[in-house]
Amino acid sequence: MFASLKRKDKLARELPLYFMLLPAVVLVAVYSYGSMAGVIIAFQKFIPARGLFGHQQWVGFKNFATLFSMPNIGTVIRNTVVIALSKMVAGVIVPVAFALLLNEVRSLLTKRIFQTVVYLPHFLSWVILSGILINLLSPSEGFVNILLAKLGIEPIFFLGNPDAFPATMVASDIWKSFGFGSVIYLAALTGIDPALYEAAVIDGANRWRQTWHITLPGISSIVVLMSVLGLANILNGGFDQIYNMYSPVVYSTGDILDTFVFRLGIEQAQYSLSTAAGLFKSGVSMIFIVASYYLADKFTGYKVF
Amino acid sequence: MRIKASMPRKIFLVCNMAFLLIVALLCLAPFINLLAVSFSDKTAVAAGEVTFFPVGFTTVSYQFITNTSKFFMSLLVSLHRTAIGVPINLLLIILTAYPLSKSRSDFRARSLFSWFFVVTILFNAGLIPTYMVVKTTGLIDSVWSLVLPGAVPVFSMLVVMNYMRSLPKELLEAAHMDGAGHVQTLVRVVLPVSAPTIATVTLFAFVDHWNSWFDGMIYMNQIQHYPLQTYLQTVVVNPEEFIRNNTDLSGNLSKYLSMVSARTTGAAQMFLAMIPILCIYPFLQKYFTTGLVMGSVKE
Repeated sequence: MFASLKRKDKLARELPLYFMLLPAVVLVAVYSYGSMAGVIIAFQKFIPARGLFGHQQWVGFKNFATLFSMPNIGTVIRNTVVIALSKMVAGVIVPVAFALLLNEVRSLLTKRIFQTVVYLPHFLSWVILSGILINLLSPSEGFVNILLAKLGIEPIFFLGNPDAFPATMVASDIWKSFGFGSVIYLAALTGIDPALYEAAVIDGANRWRQTWHITLPGISSIVVLMSVLGLANILNGGFDQIYNMYSPVVYSTGDILDTFVFRLGIEQAQYSLSTAAGLFKSGVSMIFIVASYYLADKFTGYKVF
Repeated sequence: MRIKASMPRKIFLVCNMAFLLIVALLCLAPFINLLAVSFSDKTAVAAGEVTFFPVGFTTVSYQFITNTSKFFMSLLVSLHRTAIGVPINLLLIILTAYPLSKSRSDFRARSLFSWFFVVTILFNAGLIPTYMVVKTTGLIDSVWSLVLPGAVPVFSMLVVMNYMRSLPKELLEAAHMDGAGHVQTLVRVVLPVSAPTIATVTLFAFVDHWNSWFDGMIYMNQIQHYPLQTYLQTVVVNPEEFIRNNTDLSGNLSKYLSMVSARTTGAAQMFLAMIPILCIYPFLQKYFTTGLVMGSVKE
């Protein structure tokens, strides 16, 4: 009897916690889980007028068969992986390099100013950044090509040449994100015990040896962690960025799964086919996300919660 | 102990500083150019003469915008969604992070609810199912379609939850001893000491709402319901359209029309849309490391 009373007490003490969670749980149940249930569209011949959970004709995996028999699906998947992987690799290397160089600056004020400036593009939308880049990179009146012309270089169609487009996307993505990406490495660098450096100086280690034996090992676990977590983005080519800068001339190298899903679904109103393509992306992504969390836990003891 | 820098070290430091200055300039220059273009004469802009300073200084692009209603209509929609959306985000983050920061013995259903939220990061339903749910719940063309589907930012919630979990146990025990319930503990004890992380996620919620354009594009059928960035997107993708659409609006405009181009008015609108961001993020910078890094990465 004492035990049951205690349990009742405990529930009474936990009750406010349930109430706190209630609004968020309801919203997530409707908008996240409701949408997840909505992936049944991929297995139907979906007619929107009949409603999301209305009476629809089931077609099994027919939409997937149609999807994978489309002539450009292979190209789209390849483009996605190429762009995403390049962003992933450069997205670790550049911020780490920047953090290491900035860390050599002694003046705290100078450091702060540099940080404020390089964070700026991160906080702006791809709509604004694309607007700026389209103007800057324009072959005729863009600042970059005018500069290249002065150096005697032929104008480059950064956004109109299929060979240049993916590299332009990767470079501009790094431009937007490297500054803020370095926050976490800078924090790790300031966390290194100064006594280690003092000991190294006494042992006669020069700057390079200090960097090699103290600084790099000091941030290696966070670098591993960020690289592993980056795997989760294997199929994220960056919709906002690419949608605002691509055009049919660069579909051969620039069309990614997300833009493909968008055009199928919203522009061509092929709801079932678009959902099937989206479900393929989400399914593969989920495997990578779970794997990345597992590896992160295994290598660095990182836990999501 | 200060050791005098050696010669190679000095050379390194100078080169390093020069390199960092170039990097910083690369980050800043496009925006300075944007500002210069917005205040320049359209022919100078078209000739590519404008770099960092306005050529043929004029405010005519800004005058043109103040006379077009679409920019201000979309600005109002953005202010509206931000004013509703950010407080809702914040309230839901706090109300979820606190219970989930409890130990399993204090809140037995913790794992269940944690998984409930984390699954939404693991699996994305995709474009069409999400659109259909928003449509089914009757939010099309309503400002709530920009607020409710993303009302619980799970990543931010995890950051706050991890931060709350790292607070010293004694603090919470003391509150408990004093007879404080969960609500009192949350409001009086936990929230005040969580200020750095709350500041960070507030900034993120604000930036998210201010920068979102895709939801406006798919959930709003009428252009007068477009938030600022969605409207800007139409200007960016189809700049000539903007000028043409505004030609027949009022006689007042026609006198500017010959003096502005898509480039100059586009630049002016983009710059105006950047201002709120420029005003906020530098002042919250000191919280990024304490609030974000501490919250997401545990030792």
